Amino acid sequence: MTPEKSPTEKIRCDACPVLCYIAEGRAGACDRYANEDGNLVRVDPLLIVEHAKDGQQNLVEFLKDDSGEWDGDIVAGKTGFVTAVGAGTTYPDYKPAPFIVSSEVNGVDMVTVVSEAIYSYCGVKIKVDTDRHLGPEQNTVRADGEAVGHVTTGEYGSQMLSLGGVNHLTGGSKKEGRITCETMLALCNGEARELTVDDGATVIVQANKPPIVDGELEERMRVGCGSAAIGMFAKQWFDHVDEVVVVDDHITGVLSEHQAGRMLGVPGTGIRIKGRRSTPGRYFQVAEPGSGWGGTDIEDPLSIIEKFDEKKAKPGTSMLLVSTTGDHSAYYELDHDIAPQQRDMPKALADSVKRVQENCEPALCSVLFMGGAGGSLRAGVTENPVALTRSVRQTLTYVSSGGVPVYIWPGGGITYMVDVSLMPKNSFGYVPTPALVAPIEFTMRRDDYETLGGHMSSIVPVESVLEKSGLRSLDGPSGRPSPTAGQNFPWGKG
Amino acid sequence: MSGALAALLPDGRRLHLQHGPIDLIIEAFGAPEEIKLAYQQAISRFDTVLDELVTELDILRQATTASVRGAVAKRMLAAIEAHAETFVTPMAAVAGAVADEILSALVSGRILERAYVNNGGDIALHLAPGEVFDVGMALEYQPADLAGRLQIAADDPIRGIATSGHSGRSLSLGIADSVTVLASSAAAADAAATLIANAVDLPDHPAISRQPACELDPDSDLRARLVTTGVGALSAADIETALTRGQRSALDMKYRGLIAAASLSLQDHVLVVGDDSHPLTTSKKLSRQKEVVHA
Repeated sequence: MTPEKSPTEKIRCDACPVLCYIAEGRAGACDRYANEDGNLVRVDPLLIVEHAKDGQQNLVEFLKDDSGEWDGDIVAGKTGFVTAVGAGTTYPDYKPAPFIVSSEVNGVDMVTVVSEAIYSYCGVKIKVDTDRHLGPEQNTVRADGEAVGHVTTGEYGSQMLSLGGVNHLTGGSKKEGRITCETMLALCNGEARELTVDDGATVIVQANKPPIVDGELEERMRVGCGSAAIGMFAKQWFDHVDEVVVVDDHITGVLSEHQAGRMLGVPGTGIRIKGRRSTPGRYFQVAEPGSGWGGTDIEDPLSIIEKFDEKKAKPGTSMLLVSTTGDHSAYYELDHDIAPQQRDMPKALADSVKRVQENCEPALCSVLFMGGAGGSLRAGVTENPVALTRSVRQTLTYVSSGGVPVYIWPGGGITYMVDVSLMPKNSFGYVPTPALVAPIEFTMRRDDYETLGGHMSSIVPVESVLEKSGLRSLDGPSGRPSPTAGQNFPWGKG
Repeated sequence: MSGALAALLPDGRRLHLQHGPIDLIIEAFGAPEEIKLAYQQAISRFDTVLDELVTELDILRQATTASVRGAVAKRMLAAIEAHAETFVTPMAAVAGAVADEILSALVSGRILERAYVNNGGDIALHLAPGEVFDVGMALEYQPADLAGRLQIAADDPIRGIATSGHSGRSLSLGIADSVTVLASSAAAADAAATLIANAVDLPDHPAISRQPACELDPDSDLRARLVTTGVGALSAADIETALTRGQRSALDMKYRGLIAAASLSLQDHVLVVGDDSHPLTTSKKLSRQKEVVHA
């Protein structure tokens, strides 16, 4: 059945006799069905990521069977992968209820142990693609006034935030723990959150969305540092302008002094840039960090120029000033007193600024959940918990979170990171401890499960889990390996 | 359209019934054959509960004293009758009333030690003489050391527990994170929790955002009334003011015998209305009545 759409973008859900009208972006009375952009979608616990029968890696799209009819509860395919989203709920007596399910994939008898783990040890790593200065490294990041993390070391074109972790969750005041938990939960579930850095900016972060820094939407990630930009565009500038300064809080580049300019034979212009010269044409600390040009605090780009050397500078010298994203640019010519005067930018240079912009990738926030699957969780999988850790190390056991591949840190324990934007909607929950609840699945061959001391008598066929629980299938990301695919394991690699 | 679903949970003990928005977790304790029969009775009663409700939904969404036919609808009306001075519709008691109705079907003619029907946190209890229930109180974000455990004995006049608040599933006119009520039935507890949670409020406070209920849920019984959509950080004085308003409402209900006890929480503050003998105050860190403690 196709849900009726009324003109106000309410939809009428026909999944049960209540026949709720559901407003855009809201769920019905059941919290199982929601209106997402005018479409009726299921949003309740325990998802099945379905994998196409032919072993290809496509996921079957929910609500897309041929008949167009859908009864809301039956999983269409037979080869499903049960994810742990919602594996244990039933308020108020919260108990993880792990499923141990078996399915045959390409003739190999596979077992997946499904659980929702409670992580008191967990955090969120955020990469914010921006040159704007969010705040000094090590400074506290706050949500609703509470300390929830800090600014960590800056990376390529990005500012990095580290939130949560056991100390903010359990080491501070109760309110700090509560707000930390709430902030991580929201970010992991793909919601937007406003974060404030001490002595820094206020940034709105949302997974897979551009950051908003102090109210300004960041559209582009820098093309490179100022020096790299000189290298990339020197040839295109050489014919049209005498001097180019790419303004960058980290490394400002100056064409006439830069290696690339010298190779092209660009003559010196007598320009003297403020800041600390690193190598020819590369300057550090030309201004203070901020949200102006190229991640500096300047609004007037001339303020980074100390002067023009009267002996070397010639009247009429042309100069382009541009930021690392091309978001800021200005064109100047030196007058008779060798003072720069702003002029209309020639078309060729305007085009080159556009080229800088085009070469920038869209700026995004990426949110990785990081958690450690500790002792008690492993006991739910095997009678000999360390055997699971070893099996994961030997890659005989494949770890996924909500059906999505994870990166497992080398070293002790099963500490992993996962891109929350790939996971099913609302995969994360919380418990009042406070701690986050996240799905985790361990997939391995049946033989390997037995070897590591698995709970063999608890294994149920995947079909029966589907029948019993009224589960739903999932519109998952395409092009990702199924957790049960042979290529994930040493025995399945060509 | 899907019908009612029934399944035993993987633990093999608890029964899960679900139909549309109704989601019940049920457990009975006693002889295995009695439990089996009890579960069959519950399943059979549950089959038509939602359909019965739906036929009278239009009436039940209005502040009304009209007569209704369905057994659950009658329980809902009975639960709100005593609150006629306040705006309330029978929908305030729907979750509790369903729990009561299924519990009643579950235990009818059966010999059981104890049983509960948990409808998303609104819980109906059955206790044979001499039996006791240990109930865990999982309040929103309540730290483990405060998470109340309370005992309800067969002698206590309590057969229902319900929780309401703006962060819960239903829309609330108030700002309480949660209000948990103990009362003689789940329907009575449900209605009372809804109204006490509505009373915990700071009208026109700038940190509180509200929206007409009908914009969020076109079918809401609250129509265009403003419901709470967000509560920013509040000062301790503001929290006390809001909780005191809820406390007034809860004390009034207690004096009138409508509830046995209530626990009100708002941003790390918890306030308990009960009496010294009452189970809700036995948790060592919860305060005695009329006292705001910083959790």
